[in-house]
Parts: sequence; C-alpha cells; structure tokens
Amino acid sequence: MNKNLDLFLTFMKIGAFTFGGGYAMIPLIQKEVCENKKWLNEKDITDIVAISESTPGPIAINAATFVGYKTSGFLGACMATIGVVLPSFLIISLISMILTQFQSIKAVHYAFMGIRAAVLALILKALWMMFKSVKKKKKPFSYVIMGLSLVLTAFLKIDAVFVIIGCGLFGLIWSLLSRKEQSNGTD
Amino acid sequence: MVLIKLFLAFLKIGAFTFGGGYAMIAMIQAEAERQGWLTQEELVDFVALSESTPGPLAVNMATFVGMRTCGVLGAIIATLGIVLPSFIIILIIAKFFEKYKKSKAVGGIMSGLKPAVVGMIGAAFITVARTVFFPSGVSVSLFSSASFWVFLGLFAVTAALAFKKVHPIKIILLSAVIGIVAGYGLG
Repeated sequence: MNKNLDLFLTFMKIGAFTFGGGYAMIPLIQKEVCENKKWLNEKDITDIVAISESTPGPIAINAATFVGYKTSGFLGACMATIGVVLPSFLIISLISMILTQFQSIKAVHYAFMGIRAAVLALILKALWMMFKSVKKKKKPFSYVIMGLSLVLTAFLKIDAVFVIIGCGLFGLIWSLLSRKEQSNGTD
Repeated sequence: MVLIKLFLAFLKIGAFTFGGGYAMIAMIQAEAERQGWLTQEELVDFVALSESTPGPLAVNMATFVGMRTCGVLGAIIATLGIVLPSFIIILIIAKFFEKYKKSKAVGGIMSGLKPAVVGMIGAAFITVARTVFFPSGVSVSLFSSASFWVFLGLFAVTAALAFKKVHPIKIILLSAVIGIVAGYGLG
C-alpha cells in the first residue's frame, strides 16, 4: 500500500479508538507504529512522549505529526495529522447537530446535571496526577509558580497566555541562575 | 469577521496549551465568555461529552464551538486553528530533535511550565466547581437545598472511583444514571 495512505488509515484508526485523549493514546500508537507497521522503534516512542510534554497542543496531534514526518516527510505528517483528527471531527460535528434537540428532553437534562459532578471529579484526578509529577522533582519554587498561576487564572482572570509565558520565562531564568550558583560553588 | 476571530482564538489556544486538555479549560472559558460562544454549563457538559467520544478534548472543543457559531465551515476553520501550531512546531522540532532534547533552555522553561499547568488545572477545578455547586450564585439557603447535597455526594463517589482508576466513561455513565434518578426524585 502507498505509505502515505497507510499513515492516514493507521492514524484514523488511532483517532477513532482513543477515548479521553492524551496519554491513553500512547500504547495504541506504540502497538500500531512499532509492532504492526515497524515504522519506528521503542525509543522513538519515548521521544514522542518527551516532545509532546514540552510542546503546546494536544498530544495526539504532536504524535501524529512526528510519526508521519519521521516515516514519510512533510506529506506523511499531513496525512497522519488529518487522519488522527478526522474521526473526532466527524463525530463531534454530528453530535453538535443533534445535541440541542436532546437537551430539551427532561431525562437528558437531569443526566447532564449528574455528569457535571463527575467531570469535576475527573478534573480533580488530573490535578492530583499532575501535582504528584511536579512534587517528585522537589523544587520549592514550583509551589510558588503553582500558587501564582492558580490565583492569576482563577481569581484575577489574567489571560492564560501571559501566565504560560511568564512562568516559562521564570523557570528559564531560575534555572540559569541556579546553575550559575552551582558552578560558582564548585570553583 | 466571525470566521477569522474563530480561527485566531483557536490558534491561540493551540499555541499555548501545555499538559493536555484540562489545562485548556481556563483559556477556553475566558474566550467563550469574551466571544459569547458557550455558557459555563454548556462548557462543562461538553467536557463530559468529549470524555465519552474519541479524540482529544482540544480538537473536539474546536469542532464543537466552530460548528455552533458558523456551521461546517466554522468547524473546519476552528479545528485547523487548534491543530496548526502543534503541527508546525513538531515539524520544526523533528528536524532538530537531538539538539532540542538536550537543550538546557528547554529544560529550564519546562521547570516553570509544569507547575503552571498544575495551577491552571486547579483554576479549572474551581470554575467548574462553581458551576456545579452554585449554578445560581452562592446564597444563604444553599446548604438547606437538597440538590447541593446530592451533587456533593455524587462528586465524592465519582472522585473515589476516578482515583481507583475506573474508566472515565463508566464514571460518566454512572453519574448520568444517578442524575436522572435524583432529578425525578427531587422533582
């Protein structure tokens, strides 16, 4: 089969069967891309996770673009990315067309009332997982940033873009300064 | 023009979202309020819907909002907007990956971004909690209202399940059923 078409179909399959997005997708990519198609090796998958963490945007898009590019250049990147987006695009378009009619049903209205509490629980879980991974690093300054970004976005309604840029810069400057201090100490 | 506004808004969200979908909620909420796309309740409902359909939250959200505001063309434009930043950034990084991986600057920036993401998910938790528990603002009679205690109980149960690694879709289904039962029970 044409490699670009193959990339498109493989990532369409991955896009159609990953619920919840994000890291749930990695094992599936690994299975398809490493074991079945042998496009990349296991080390590449670790790289993909590392890249996705440190670049903006959904991990699914990052991974599809990266695998597509490594496998078949620019066109491959396009095909894989379109493939991974297409299933959600079609499903959500369909849902948005019928959702309003559904919501006027009383039972559906009640169901969504209940679901909202569950969403809150899922966010709490995500919050805890992210907090744990930051806590592992044991840097006191990360708690300062955590608190700052919480207060700035939730209460002061500062645009998240500025919070992201500010915290990134703060991290960069801090790491430069602490490295300088370290090298001064050893001299 | 509405389409250009839509495109730019999602381009911005795509370019500044780190750490997965939940970190994005604060940003989407701010944009949605500014542009009048969705109400707070609709946003929370949509997060639940997105968890129950395949694909990343960011892409689902872009398609949904685009469809709501400008139909199919809007959906395409918004989805393109959210995908484009990741796509371009990954293409650039894929070329210089070894250098990028070892870059100390990237490491420094990430040490600031990761805790910022935790703070932003915390902000999302607070806004969603407000929507769930205080839909019509905080009032004195609140703690005597039955629905408040139902939501609190449901939140506790679903949070316990989420931390026990029960699949999000199962949690959402269960909460929908409890929502329906409580809704008819409380009248």
